[in-house]
Amino acid sequence: MIDAIGQVSRWLGRTWAALREATGDDAYERYLAHRRECPAQEPHAPLTRAAFFAAEQRRKWDGVRRCC
Amino acid sequence: MYKPVKTVIWLGVVALGALAVGGIALNRGESINAMWFIVAAVCIYALGYRFYSAFLSAKVLALDASRATPAERFNDGRDFVPTNRWIVFGHHFAAIAGPGPLIGPTLAAQFGYLPGTLWILIGAVLGGCVQDFVALFCSIRRNGRSLGQMARDELGPIGGAVALIGVMAIMIILIAVLGLVVVNAMRGSPWATSTVAATIPIAILVGLYMRGIRPGRVLEGTAIGVALLLLAVFGGGWIDANETLRSWFDYDGPTLAIMIMIYGFAAAVLPVWLLLAPRDYLSTFMKIGTIIALAIAIVILNPNVKMPAITQFVDGTGPIFGGKVFPFVFITIACGAISGFHSLIASGTTPKLLANERDARFIGYGGMAMESFVAIMAMVAACVLDPGVYFAINSPAGVVGAQAADAVAAISSWGFPVTVEQMNELAREMGEATLFARTGGAPSLAVGMASIFSNAFGETLLAVWYHFAIMFEALFILTTLDAGTRVARFMLQDMLGSFFPAMGRTSWYPSVIICSGLVVAGWGYFLYVGTIDPLGGINSLWPLFGIANQMLAAIALCVATTVLVKSRKVRFAWATAVPLVWLVVVTSTAAWEKLFSPDLRIGFLSHANDLASKLQAGTLLGDAAAQAPRLIFNDRLDAALTAFFLITVWVLVIETARVCHAALSGRRCPPLTETPHIPSRLVEDWVRD
Repeated sequence: MIDAIGQVSRWLGRTWAALREATGDDAYERYLAHRRECPAQEPHAPLTRAAFFAAEQRRKWDGVRRCC
Repeated sequence: MYKPVKTVIWLGVVALGALAVGGIALNRGESINAMWFIVAAVCIYALGYRFYSAFLSAKVLALDASRATPAERFNDGRDFVPTNRWIVFGHHFAAIAGPGPLIGPTLAAQFGYLPGTLWILIGAVLGGCVQDFVALFCSIRRNGRSLGQMARDELGPIGGAVALIGVMAIMIILIAVLGLVVVNAMRGSPWATSTVAATIPIAILVGLYMRGIRPGRVLEGTAIGVALLLLAVFGGGWIDANETLRSWFDYDGPTLAIMIMIYGFAAAVLPVWLLLAPRDYLSTFMKIGTIIALAIAIVILNPNVKMPAITQFVDGTGPIFGGKVFPFVFITIACGAISGFHSLIASGTTPKLLANERDARFIGYGGMAMESFVAIMAMVAACVLDPGVYFAINSPAGVVGAQAADAVAAISSWGFPVTVEQMNELAREMGEATLFARTGGAPSLAVGMASIFSNAFGETLLAVWYHFAIMFEALFILTTLDAGTRVARFMLQDMLGSFFPAMGRTSWYPSVIICSGLVVAGWGYFLYVGTIDPLGGINSLWPLFGIANQMLAAIALCVATTVLVKSRKVRFAWATAVPLVWLVVVTSTAAWEKLFSPDLRIGFLSHANDLASKLQAGTLLGDAAAQAPRLIFNDRLDAALTAFFLITVWVLVIETARVCHAALSGRRCPPLTETPHIPSRLVEDWVRD
């Protein structure tokens, strides 16, 4: 029983993580993780959550993003 | 799995697919179950994916899993990010699937279900999926470059310039025709208008939430937005029932067209976080959710398709748009079978996310197969309606008459019985004043979806389902309109920037205002004329859009064929050359007919001349006489655009032939720009199938 609950909760956790990744909900966390892995790429201090989100949205909508 | 078992399973898929396709193709007279369409589609996509795309990956493109992708090499945690292939698939599908695959099949159903269904299935497997896959592959091998850049690099400056102008032209026509679809859905319908209007403050609220209150919390913001959207659908019903309130949202076509123009201008000029980005989050969720719900509903309900396999309108006399089944079914259904616009997405964001080159097959080929499936569902939704009802909703008043009695008499005389009472009852059930002459495809799709949803998920609430479907269509049409206007503005700024450097600064406000204004004026003009056109506007604009979209596909296939020839894969170049030749034949025939056909409902020039002679003879009265000069000018403008598309395609085809010939005979031509092989370091960490 406990095993089954554990499995279901693990599955729910994975689904939730996939949903967050697919929607970009965890984009800031992934950005911070990337900064920790490759600190040399951007020498300045990491952006705040709000500044990161604002910059991302500007970047995303500078090209063709949606089709007919 | 053992090989013999696999073989037996695939033989089973072949047999089932053949049975289903044979069933829908040979069925005459009796109604046929929609499940056959679903089974035929799934089997054909499965076979195309398993065998043809495997051949393309292994032999034609030689995908190489050991090669580092742009996402791996330039990983910056933002733009270039190696991403799980299912998530890239989701992003790619959400980006390519717009209103096109829903509207095209709905309009093409006037020929009966068979021509459109066969074209969607065959066109996708051999054309559209191949185009998306190859464009994605070319872009991955070129650091994620765009189609325009690849055309310039591989074909030279002429190819590049043609691609750029082609993209710009298609944007203008696309936005105009989509705007017209929304206007026709909202015309004289306070419920639809108020619900669609409510999406604007809801998007702004979500934008403010995700920017100021909880920055970057996409899921929370979207959940709030979706809940509010559903409330707006019910709220629209309440507004519609209130005499005073409903008059605030009751407009005719031309007024709505002007409102859409003002809205489009605002959306292009305002910061993206305020309106465009949050609207996109909402529309993506609604789109994917509704498409899944529609698939489930069709499977649960198994509705019967009432449209005949082939109608008499294959001879070119169709009321929805003029023209014979060849070439017009191939122009009308672009998205869903082969859509050039996809090559912009496949050479834009998607190639920057792929962790492994081999994923291009699943995302490029598989993504398009999925979109094609959406088109099949739209075809089913159109064909489950009584044909009489379908034609009554979609035929313009200029063809069947403005009076309900005239319209039903004309439609019944074609052998599709329908009565005024039946249409009034349907309009009442759907919460609309009338459903006659609601051209554009959105209202008839909404009626089809509402009847499927209400039958599958509970008989009540037909009117709510109808307006939910209208809201869902309007939501992502307006997203395409916002995003398209903005991209066209950037392109225009870029072009003008080479003459006046100040205009090229994307954040300089005078340039932003002028360029956005020019872009909106461009599509706004076609939209406005569409709303005053007695034939409904869709009649002339949709074929123009189809020609433009297929032209863009031809550009992408020209680039792909050149790349194959230069990579010494001439013996496999037919994979892209055959769909290219087919598109050139179809586009050229359609463009020629739109230009020079003596049939007034097909040829732009003959229609203009007819109107001009009537105007001169004084046989036009009142409004018709007042609007005639504008319609004549518009016909000639449409003719000029069609000629421009035709010339563009041929310039590019000749240029492709020239470059390919030069490459084969060892003469000077732009060299292959593929990036060198850099081994992937991700590959050993990934467990692949």
